[in-house]
Amino acid sequence: MEILARTVQATRCYGPVTALDGVSLDVPAGQLLGLLGPNGAGKTTLLQLLAGLRRPTSGTVELFGGDPRDATRRRRLGCTPQETGLPPTLRVHEVVDFVAGHFADPVPTAELLEQFALTGLERRQTGGLSGGQKRRLTVAVAFVGRPDLVLLDEPTTGLDVEARHGLWDAVRHYHEGGGTVVLTSHYLQEVEALAERVVVVDQGRVCVDGTIADVRSLVPARRVRLRSPSLPDLSGIERSSRVDDRYELWTADSDALVRDLVTSGAPFRDLEVSTASLEEAFLALTSPSLRTTVPTLKEMAR
Amino acid sequence: MSTPAVFRLTRLHARYQFTETIRVPIAVIGTTLMPSLSLLFFVVPQPFAQNPAEATAAAAQLAVLAVMSVCLFTYGVGVAEDRALPWDGYLRTLPVGPSPRLTGRLLTGLAFVVIGLVPLVLIAWLLTAATLPPTRLALTAVALLAAGVPLFALGISIGYSLSTKAALAVAQSLLLPLAFGGGLFLPPNTFPGWLDAISTWLPTRAGRDLVVAATTGAHLPGTALLMLAGWTLLTGSLAMRAYRRDQGRRFR
Repeated sequence: MEILARTVQATRCYGPVTALDGVSLDVPAGQLLGLLGPNGAGKTTLLQLLAGLRRPTSGTVELFGGDPRDATRRRRLGCTPQETGLPPTLRVHEVVDFVAGHFADPVPTAELLEQFALTGLERRQTGGLSGGQKRRLTVAVAFVGRPDLVLLDEPTTGLDVEARHGLWDAVRHYHEGGGTVVLTSHYLQEVEALAERVVVVDQGRVCVDGTIADVRSLVPARRVRLRSPSLPDLSGIERSSRVDDRYELWTADSDALVRDLVTSGAPFRDLEVSTASLEEAFLALTSPSLRTTVPTLKEMAR
Repeated sequence: MSTPAVFRLTRLHARYQFTETIRVPIAVIGTTLMPSLSLLFFVVPQPFAQNPAEATAAAAQLAVLAVMSVCLFTYGVGVAEDRALPWDGYLRTLPVGPSPRLTGRLLTGLAFVVIGLVPLVLIAWLLTAATLPPTRLALTAVALLAAGVPLFALGISIGYSLSTKAALAVAQSLLLPLAFGGGLFLPPNTFPGWLDAISTWLPTRAGRDLVVAATTGAHLPGTALLMLAGWTLLTGSLAMRAYRRDQGRRFR
């Protein structure tokens, strides 16, 4: 499969701070890759390396088989500007036309604006748009050049639920047409809804690279919640927490746990069994208290 | 990138920068109208406005002022402003190299110089005895360009080495001494000896002498071209250094 973008042992330092530490990542054609990590983990730096905005301190970065800092390598690339960065005096259609002017076969402006629910705003100056409209415009311009690879840095931050779903549809539509996407997000739900592959970055390193299921499997698969004055020792509990009479138990096999619980005769009520969410897995991976366990989790993932 | 593509992109960037700037008309008027207003209020009511040679020289030196204010503000402050915006970073992800953007900026500045010169020429033509025979038109344009090169480089040095606020302060504090000292408001023959001696060393004085010589055929002091060349070298290398250092700092 064709690799559209790649980093090999890419390290990027800002003075004494190491933002990225030996990251190797391949982005094959047609993949929808979600980049997760807490603030300051190095996600944005990684995207900036891929877009040619920064040079790695060491290691290599390739985009369409060449140096992303070479303008011709960026012909098949689409990026989002920060919404605060739109030139406030330009009209919506002027911004789109201007970006479109850099590409050989751009999407007609009217069609693009319709796809991103911006029809009717063509003549508005971007400074007069709402936060959500600005955000949609910044995402829209990433697609205007019919790119093969799109880098989306937190595309739906600040959008309401409806607008977010609209944008997801647009991203899915692009992906179904063969497009490749690398997206960062604060919303795990977003990555869960869109991405086929999840890369978790923490402290400048890739700590997990796999499918959503892989990441989920890094925490015990089931969460059992219940209220009880006290519980006996039960087998198969991997982690637990207790606040007053509320217990939260993590286990790989909730069926066995519930059976044991009932057999033990201990009083309990409000039993609730759920699948661990990506969010819980993510917190387990990146919360400082659990960080020390990450290497073992990483080995587990293999 | 093929040559036609570079031309097309240069035109695209020039048009976009021009539109963006012209949308704040007061900023454009502020930088481009000042020389015309100076002509209207300080030259037109004076008796020498009816003397062809003196009126032409007065208009010529204000034309240099028009060039300088665009150089210091459009290039100096404008570049510093652009650098501070995240949009500038986005533009660098588009498939375009630095040259269409730089050339586009140069063209935008030229357009604003022309916008500033139109009312100046009209006022000089209609309200004073200034004359510019068609045979001197091309020569004058070349002289204005030559006078503008070191000022353009000065603007670029400021824009690429300072923050917006600092660039604005520096541009403003350079504008008046360079204009007065270079004889752009009052002709240098009214200067006391010591001021005239200092003035000879300024890029604006050299530019002014060149443009006045081109418009009126007045004697061009031998030092003028030498000064202009020296200042062009100095500001040119400053501009190159500022541009490279900025690229190195921000885009490593």
